[in-house]
Amino acid sequence: MNNDTKNIKRLIINQSLELDCGKKIKGFPLAYETYGTLNKSKNNAILAFHALTGDQFVTNINPITKREGWWTFAVGPGKAIDTNKYFVICANVLGGCMGSFGPKEIDAETNKSFGTTFPVITIKDIVKAQKFLLDHLGINKLLSVVGGSMGGMQVLQFVSLYPDLSYSAVPIACSASHSAQNIALNELGRQAIMADPNWKKDNASPDKGLAVARMAAHITYLSKEGLQEKFGRKLQDKGSLKFSFDADFQIESYLRYQGSAFVDRFDANSYLYITRAMDYFDLEKQFNGNLSLAFKNTKSKFCVISFSSDWLYPTSENKEIVIALNACGANVGFVEINSEKGHDSFLLNVPKFLKTLSEFINSTYNETSNEKRI
Amino acid sequence: MKKEFKIISQIIQNNKRVLDVGCGDGTLMSYLKENQKNDVRGLEPKKDFVQQCISKGLPVIEGDAEKDLFQFPKKSFDYVVLSQTLQAFLNPEEVLNQLLRIGKQTIVSIPNFGYWKVRLHLLFKGTMPVTRNLPNEWYNTPNLHMCTIQDFVNFCDKKNIKIDKSLCLTNEKISEITKVNLKYKNIFSQLGIFLIE
Repeated sequence: MNNDTKNIKRLIINQSLELDCGKKIKGFPLAYETYGTLNKSKNNAILAFHALTGDQFVTNINPITKREGWWTFAVGPGKAIDTNKYFVICANVLGGCMGSFGPKEIDAETNKSFGTTFPVITIKDIVKAQKFLLDHLGINKLLSVVGGSMGGMQVLQFVSLYPDLSYSAVPIACSASHSAQNIALNELGRQAIMADPNWKKDNASPDKGLAVARMAAHITYLSKEGLQEKFGRKLQDKGSLKFSFDADFQIESYLRYQGSAFVDRFDANSYLYITRAMDYFDLEKQFNGNLSLAFKNTKSKFCVISFSSDWLYPTSENKEIVIALNACGANVGFVEINSEKGHDSFLLNVPKFLKTLSEFINSTYNETSNEKRI
Repeated sequence: MKKEFKIISQIIQNNKRVLDVGCGDGTLMSYLKENQKNDVRGLEPKKDFVQQCISKGLPVIEGDAEKDLFQFPKKSFDYVVLSQTLQAFLNPEEVLNQLLRIGKQTIVSIPNFGYWKVRLHLLFKGTMPVTRNLPNEWYNTPNLHMCTIQDFVNFCDKKNIKIDKSLCLTNEKISEITKVNLKYKNIFSQLGIFLIE
């Protein structure tokens, strides 16, 4: 994969961070990007959290991969989260491979990449690391914390750790506790990587394993009806079946492409670590089985959003979050957006979703600005 | 804002917590939030309405009163409002029990099936009444359990539900329902509004 990460913004965090696994890390890098301008009253900052395979490059062309940022539909000038108005911050997660401290980084002791000697990290560790970034940027109160999928888990963890640090919170298509099905799917990806003979060899990437992991995962981001509508049984550049194991069907060809494009930009060990962090996420357990205690002290205004065809983080799991918030009297709105695009809906052009997101953020901003004037 | 909402907002004291069940586009919630500093929440089954509410900055959750009220803790609101939807539930009694559990007080409004036009419609035309307040035909009406003001008062008596206030509305005119005028109001009112606990 591409290693040209020299020109990206990196904050070296000199404070010590004690990880959930017990290890302490210090002097580690956190790569980040910002969009828009922080205003004088510093009340227009939004912290966006990326999902499993995202990075800090939320919008515009990612300078490393040369592809569009993962949330181009939602973030940018004039977009749902308007960077003409808001200051958007995003950090590459701990364990990631876009410049933050992760298994790809060189271990000074061995002069080799950490690989699987990297400590196992959790969503809580990932969130705590980003708090250092906010301190560095001088932001005491965010307008909002937003994120979908694993980004949504970070939103939940963030408000639970720092109940007074954000006016609002938008957890999208996520869960407060990773389900058995999702752990199973992540394990499938990890085993695909580990089954690749290159995985244990030095300086060799388990590209095939990582590609298979991505192919399997990609299916889970879509929906049956979405796949059927887009691909059906259409054949790839041919008039009839070829009675072979080549990619006869368009869907096969599409998945193979998704797999091969992914290995160019992602580190297999990062994939292992980040999926593990997701699996370990259980906010309910952090509060002894009572999720509403996670939000007991929160002053944030919540907008929980799910998608009708998302079977990876279904509406029912998003509703669990809403129920917990209501149980502690939090200020919460919730809507399930109709979309046939599956879990990926939050990354795609789904107008009703983008409108809801935009108007929620704008109304929060107006409220906080009014408060200031009074 | 319609007259009914004005009356409901007058019943609600300032700075109190209010849950609007079936809040629609959030008209009443907005009014209460802006003019009476009420801490408002809403529950609404229609996605378009929920999206409109969220756009206005109102904390509304998409959900069905028959399935989703359980999540609100006991007496967690000063007032729970249910405007003209009790008759549309499969199990109105259970919904009402939930409202009474969640709210310290509950405001329920019902279209009065005892209204004289409704009675005459059935008496003379012999078909299910269609009026301005009840615009649907029998085959497409969402109203499964129509009742009269008298029925509702009887129900409250039977279930030991305390009626703190009972008002009725006819052609935008509001008046109080008393024990003495109940039979009369049951004929001449289009809408009953009750504050119960």
